[in-house]
Amino acid sequence: MIIRILGEGQFEVPDSELDEINRLDTALEHALRTPDDDVRPALDALLDHVRRVGVRPPVHELLESDAVLPFADSSEEDIRDMLNDDGLIPG
Amino acid sequence: MGLWQRFTLIFKSKANKALDKAEDPRETLDYSYEKQLELLQKVRRGVADVATSRKRLELQITQLQQQSDKLEGQAKAALAGGREDLAREALTRRSGLQTQIADLQVQLAQLQDQEEKLVQASQRLQAKVEAFRTKKETIKATYTAAEAQTKINEAFSGISEELGDVGMAIQRAEDKTAQMQARGQAIDELLASGALDDASGTSKDSITVELERMASTNEVESQLAAMKAEIGSGPAAPAIEAAPEAEKTE
Repeated sequence: MIIRILGEGQFEVPDSELDEINRLDTALEHALRTPDDDVRPALDALLDHVRRVGVRPPVHELLESDAVLPFADSSEEDIRDMLNDDGLIPG
Repeated sequence: MGLWQRFTLIFKSKANKALDKAEDPRETLDYSYEKQLELLQKVRRGVADVATSRKRLELQITQLQQQSDKLEGQAKAALAGGREDLAREALTRRSGLQTQIADLQVQLAQLQDQEEKLVQASQRLQAKVEAFRTKKETIKATYTAAEAQTKINEAFSGISEELGDVGMAIQRAEDKTAQMQARGQAIDELLASGALDDASGTSKDSITVELERMASTNEVESQLAAMKAEIGSGPAAPAIEAAPEAEKTE
């Protein structure tokens, strides 16, 4: 499947990695929900994993991503802002 | 729903707004291509803005570092002159500057990172826009309107996502550089106010004035001492030789 990290572009990730990505994603969500928990380590872990197992598709390909992940330097507020955006309800 | 799935939905809804405007599919291709070129221009300007901010920040760090070095020199001079109070004052100011410098260096590193990513994003976008141009010519030449719609949607999804990503990255960079500019302005004002002596050395801070006063006092004292020594050496000394000697030192 194809995953985009905002600001970095797309990565083609084997479907076998889905479980691990879901695990890391849940950890990030947990960090985001826990007030005193820093989201940084969880976000870094998720993005690092995608970068490590992913392969960049050819630059001339116009592909749609199956998943989109936040900017690597997103702060907790950035992530919250995006999730609270009115764009949350798909138009 | 997982976080990345929510993120993906948000993002797609944003990217798809561009598609909603589609009327005659083949006209839309040209219109979209124009828009892509516009964004590409905007991205290039954004990259240039970030580079300008970075250079300004580098310059400010250099200026603050020069100030800091100067204060260190002044502290040494003050201490050598037995003025510990003055040395302490200079070192206190220096420590304030060092904090500023460290802070700015962190921001500089972030800005460099952002600049690097924007340059890459801009290259990626250029390649995608080029791919879209080729694809749109093929679609226009080969497909009927109905078939074209499907092909256009495919090409659109890919390019609009890229445009959305780069557009957001540019927005972030612009926000960041606006913050940096406000901060840079504040530092310039601080430098100009004399709270920090400016790097050109045209205005003098209180420590410099005090050190110069010390230096000139010391010089006057040593000249006086020299004169006293000459006079005090008594009339037995060759007074005629000594007199012009004393004048020369005036």
